[in-house]
Order: sequence, then structure tokens, then C-alpha cells
Amino acid sequence: MSAAGKDAPILEVRGLAVALPKDGDRAHAVEKVSFTVGRGEILCLVGESGSGKSVIAFTVMGLLPKALRPVAGEILLAGENLLTASPSRLRDLRCTRMSMIFQEPMTALNPVMTCGDQIDEVLRTHTDLSPEARKAKIVDVLTQVRLPEPERIYDSYPHQLSGGQRQRIMIAMALVLDPVLLIADEPTTALDVTTQAQILELIKELQRSHGTGVLFITHDFGVVAEIAHRVAVLRWGELVEIGPTEEILSRPKHDYTKMLIASVPSIHPRHRDAKAGAAVVLKTDKLDKTYAGGGFFQKARPVHAAAEVSIEVRKGQTLGIVGESGSGKSTVARCIARLIDPTGGSIALNGVEVGTLSVGELRPHRRRIQIVFQDPYRSLNPRRTVGDSIVEGPMNYGLSREDALGRARRLMELVRLDPAALDRYPHQFSGGQRQRICIARALAMEPELLIADEAVSALDVSVQKQVLELLDEIRVRLDLAVLFITHDLRVAAQICDHVAVMSQGRVVEYGPAVEVFGSPKHDYTKSLFAAAPGRHWDFGKALA
Amino acid sequence: MVDSASIAMATHKRASVWARLLRNPAVAFGGAILLIMVLIGFLAPLLDTIDPTQINPSARNRKPGTEITLRLDDGSQIKRIARMGTDSLGRDIYSRTVYGARVSLAVGLSVAVIATAIGVVIGLISGYFRRADAVIMRFMDGLMAIPPILLALTLVALWGAGVVTVIFAIVVPQIAPVTRLVRSVVLSVREEPYVEAAISVGTPTPLLLYRHILPNTIAPLIVQGTFIAALAISVEAILSFLGVGIPPETPSWGNIMAEGRSVFRILPYGILYPGLFLAFTVLAVNILGDGLRDTLDPKMSKRV
Repeated sequence: MSAAGKDAPILEVRGLAVALPKDGDRAHAVEKVSFTVGRGEILCLVGESGSGKSVIAFTVMGLLPKALRPVAGEILLAGENLLTASPSRLRDLRCTRMSMIFQEPMTALNPVMTCGDQIDEVLRTHTDLSPEARKAKIVDVLTQVRLPEPERIYDSYPHQLSGGQRQRIMIAMALVLDPVLLIADEPTTALDVTTQAQILELIKELQRSHGTGVLFITHDFGVVAEIAHRVAVLRWGELVEIGPTEEILSRPKHDYTKMLIASVPSIHPRHRDAKAGAAVVLKTDKLDKTYAGGGFFQKARPVHAAAEVSIEVRKGQTLGIVGESGSGKSTVARCIARLIDPTGGSIALNGVEVGTLSVGELRPHRRRIQIVFQDPYRSLNPRRTVGDSIVEGPMNYGLSREDALGRARRLMELVRLDPAALDRYPHQFSGGQRQRICIARALAMEPELLIADEAVSALDVSVQKQVLELLDEIRVRLDLAVLFITHDLRVAAQICDHVAVMSQGRVVEYGPAVEVFGSPKHDYTKSLFAAAPGRHWDFGKALA
Repeated sequence: MVDSASIAMATHKRASVWARLLRNPAVAFGGAILLIMVLIGFLAPLLDTIDPTQINPSARNRKPGTEITLRLDDGSQIKRIARMGTDSLGRDIYSRTVYGARVSLAVGLSVAVIATAIGVVIGLISGYFRRADAVIMRFMDGLMAIPPILLALTLVALWGAGVVTVIFAIVVPQIAPVTRLVRSVVLSVREEPYVEAAISVGTPTPLLLYRHILPNTIAPLIVQGTFIAALAISVEAILSFLGVGIPPETPSWGNIMAEGRSVFRILPYGILYPGLFLAFTVLAVNILGDGLRDTLDPKMSKRV
């Protein structure tokens, strides 16, 4: 480990407590939090949503919203207490001594300034360098973060760059003045896995060459395994465990850490006894979707979102479609659910062609394919009770309200929710509970094919595990065909019998999960696996 | 336990919207003035008024507070004080102004209701059906290019002056803004996963629009509706003042002011009193609208 500078830690947090407003769900956002970050050390703060990890980052930077106040403890940056520092002193310290990079590089950059100007602003504010010296320094730092053609990037606007390039700009801006502390708040969460691997590599490398201390905030244990020297685990604003990465990942002491690590899906596919010769429920043949774009007065460049996608899903089995953003996996799902119209090819559902049916002809077939979406907070109409949402579909197909409610109550039990909660509103449920309700709504239609479009991607890892188990249990119990769309290889490894890997609208590799994961053949698949964070740690097995 | 808790929750939520509305000073103030105007309009016959159309040649152009003698239909005579004076035909300005509240509020309310009702239907169609959208919105662009006063003049020339003509003339230019508002809400809501979920459970399109999309438009529509009402009240007054609105014998604030115009330098009361009523009413409706916007639509509020 390259960590463990012998000198004093550059960041020391002692007994920090930050109060929440009176109507919050708990008194303190974080409480009694103490940790240190040494010179040249990467400390990962890990926790699920609401654990207070971002609050700590913002407190250190002095960027807390007014409603939150630090009420106890101290934060020492190289010996200087930040909690008692004046706002102007904090302003001086930011960028020169401590910097922060954020999750969403698009919104963190000003869209109407060139990237060069934005970095230049930092230099103008904090240094007396001449314009030429500033420009040279910026080009140098852009080269350091491995941006191609730094001169061109200097004059580019954020929208002209990719997500990974924007995050590199953020890192360049953060490191241009050589701060002693870098705070990274989920810097790779919004990025694709291959880009994420590159950014993690970059942070590691720069941290090593500059000797910067890094406070790295993440919810992803794969990333932790990849980058951290030490790990601090947070739950509900309290530090439950802190120690070297190796120690925490392989021999966690606290029950919560154990539970979290056990929830991380293993990247090695589980052995599944898929029945051979089960009936084919869904079969697409050369499915095609092209967005023509344009309007009355202009023609836009057509976008080939999905090209010649031929897949099949059998009864009682799960087919995973894996790919990065923009690979066309959701387009395929939405074509099959006929939420958008395919522009070519065929979709056969139990032998009946549904891809080319008109809206009217489609109606009787709608109920046979149901879909569960990614965002549990937007998938349910906030103005209707969950009962109304669940019975809506069956009643559309002629079931009486009493019968539909009876079915809804049985389904609530199936997804392990209290049937009496049917007349509550969605805001009274957590994200995981809402996702169960969405599953119940889909099952109420007694579908032949269930599509889960990134259905567990927005959930915390412990909740994700429960929903995945629930989905698999339902598949077995109802002998259901499931089409599972995900960007997460670990999730795919745990739930899929077959896997189709998509890239740029095409299926590049397709086969049984064991084969695709065990010996990937296509270069793209190989690069995906190589980029999967923490692939050397077998989380699921370590504790099982 | 679950049941009672959730019911309590639901009613609590509903009550809190009303409580929040009433706690907003703009809503309370605007609402109170508007309520007074509505009461004045409704109770006009009880507020010591006489027939607002009755001409009295013997008591023309009197100052406020003058005692006038009135001959009733049955031949008997009564004496009364003309609180706000009389106009050039001897009509009692006080009675006319009080009755005028009826016309103004009726025009404001009906324009707001008709314009939003038509706009909602067109906006839902335009926002949901992409093919219809291109055609409808170009038509709306055309509609917005018509100057409202010019339209009113044309319609009055065609159909003659009258309340219906005036309402129609004010409604037409207001349809386009409502349509655009509703359309913008529909465009964003139709992408919500819960709408797509409703599509995939086979909800028929009209029901989908009514059940899942329309409720999202209500709050911005209420706000827009109040502004349309305020606008309609003042446009009606403008049209009547110009003589192309409500027939002159009907007491409306615009008509009273038009009547007072010729003698304005000696007897400003014919313009002053109805003008004050008009100003306060429009102000009240606008303040009410601002308050509603701040409470119902926090995104548009300036404070956030």
C-alpha cells in the first residue's frame, strides 16, 4: 500500500455532528464522526443513501446549505480548524488547499464558458500568474488528466465533450493548484463502467504523483475495492467501522458492514438449472429502431438506436440485456413493450406477431407484456393510492373492482407488503417498497413476459438484493419469462440464465450467462469485464 | 390501523392545501376584496339602489350628495340622495356602479372558464398526439397574431354589441396561451414512467389523459385562470369605454366611464367611482393569482 505517510494527517475530523432542521427524520445528519485522511492516502466513505456521506464532504468544503449546521466537533485541514474559519478564509482555501469533484460533471460545469476559461477563472482568482503562464499551466494540467489535444479542449464548451471528458475537466480544475486534499463525491456514479475504470485509474495515478489525500465518497463496494486504502462505513450518520480496505472487505466486524458486503452481487454467475426445451415466449427477429428526427422545417440525422436485434426468452427463464448507456438496451425493451414503435423486424409473443400491430389491434395483447421501470419515485402516480394503481390494469380488461382488489391483496402478499397498505399513497413508501408495488402492478396483469428495465439500478445495495431475490422467486413460482435490462454486470451475473451484450444498437455477444461471463469472446465484452470495478473481490462468496 | 392512518394522512393533506392558501397574505387579501365585490354584485338590489337604467331628465349631471326627485312607473314620486351624482341622462351613478359589478364579474368569470375549458381540451390533444401538435400549434400561432381589440371591433360590426360578443372576442385570443400552458405540462408528464406504466396496462387514451395527465395541469390552470379573469374584466371595460362592448344602457363600469367622459372636467365622478371599483377588482384578482401561484406552483414562485 502506498499510503501511510508518517507525518500528521492532512484532514482530521473529530467528533463531527451536523444538525438537521427540526422537521427532519432524525436529529443529526451526522453525529460523532471521527476519521483522518493521511498524505497520499485514499479514504473511502461508504454508505447507503441517507447515510450522511455527502453531508460530511460539504461540511469539510464549507458548502453546507443554510438549513444544516455543524453543532459539534472540529475539522482540521493540516491543523487549521475549518469549522471556525471565516467565509473568506474558506474561499481562499478552496481550490488551493482542498478541492472537490462532483457526481454530475455536466451540471458542475458552466455551459456558457469554455473549459479553458473555467479553469482559468480558478487561476485568476487564486494566483498572480500572467495570462501566458496561466494558459501554459492549464494546458499542462489538461495533459496530465490525459485529455487528447489539450489546446482544442481548452476552447471547447462542456456540451462538446463526453461525460468522461467532462469529469476529467473537473479533475483538472480541482488539481490545477495542487491542493493537499481532494474530495470526490461519487465522481464515477454517472459514468459508464469503462469510463469509470479510466477515471478511477486517473485519480489513483494523480493522487500518487501529487501526494494528494483523497476523501472518496461512494456507495459502490466495487469502486471501494478498486481504489481505497482505507474504508469508513457510515450508517444513518454514524461511523460504524473504519479500517484498511483489505480488513473491512474480507473481515468486517460490524453486522451492518457484513450485511452490506454480503449484499453486493458476485460477478461470477450463479449456477442455474434452466430447464432445457422450455417454450419460447418472446422471439424478436432483426428488430430495428431508427429515430428519423427532424420536424416540419428541418431534417435531423437519423439515429440507429437498435439494429438487427434477434433474441429469445423462454418460459421460466431470464434473459439479461447488458450494455452501457446509449447501447440501445432500453430501446429494445421499450420496442418489445410497444411503448415505442419498432421501425423494422418482428416481435413474436408466443408465436403471435405483435411488433406490427396497430394501436387498436395491440390492445388485447398489451397485458401479456408488462414492464417495471428504473425510477421508483416516478413510476407510480403520486395522486393515486397504490391500490388504485394496481387495480387499474385488470379493470381496464374487464375485471370488477372487488375481484381486482382481491388480486391486488394477494399480490401485495407475494411481494411481501402489507395488503392493508393498498389505500396508502406512494410517498408513504420507500424506494424499495415502491419497486415492489410496481412489480405487483405488472403481475396483476398476469403477463407472459415481464420486462425489468434497470429495475434495481436506483436502489441501495441491500434493498437491491431483496428486490432481485423477489424477482427471481416470482420467476420460479409463476414460471415467468423475464427480460432483464441492466448496465450492472454483477446484477446480470446473479439473475440471468442468458445474456445479450449490446453495444451501439447491436447485440455483440449472446449466450448462456455462464459462458459469456466465463469466457467472453467479443472484444467489447472483454473490455466491459476488464472495467468492472472490484472484479478481483468476490463479495458474494467471501461471506456466504 | 393502517386504514385510519392513511385516511388521516389524506385528509390532512387536503386540509393543509386550504390552510396554506389562507395563510398566504396575498390570497387572503385578494380573496377578501374579491369576495366583497361578489357580494356587492349579488346583493345589488338590497343596497339601496334604484333601477340603474332609469332615465331622469329633470336631474341630469348632478354632483354627489344632491337630492333628486324620481318619478316611478306608477306615477308616485320619491326623493333620494344621489350618492355618486347622476350622469348626463339623469341615471343614478351609484346604482349603475353597484349593478356594474355584476357585468364585470360575470364577464371575467365566464371568459376565464370558457378559455381554460377550450384551452385544456386543445392543449391535452396537442401535447399528447404528436401529429396533431404540429397543426394545432401553428393554428394557435395564427390566433395569437390577432389583435384583441381589432377582433372585438370586427365582431361587434358583424354581430352587433352584446355581452356574448364581448365574451367571445375576449376568449378567442386567450385560448392560445392556455393551450400552450397545458401542452407544456402534458409534454413533460407524458414522459413520466407512471404514464408509460398506465399505457402498458392498457388504459384507454381518453382515460389516461383524464386520470394521469389532467390532474397535473390543474394547479397552473387555476393560476392562469385568475390572470385571464383580471384581463377580461379590464378588456371588457376598455371595449365598453370605446363603445364597442356592452350596449350603453346596460350598467357596466366601462359604459359608465364612457358616459362620464364628456363631462369629465366638471363632474369627474362618473369616471372616478366606477374607475376605483374596476381598479380594485382587477388588483384583487391579480394579487389573488400571485398568491395562488406562490402556494400551488412553488417552482414559479420568486422566493425559491
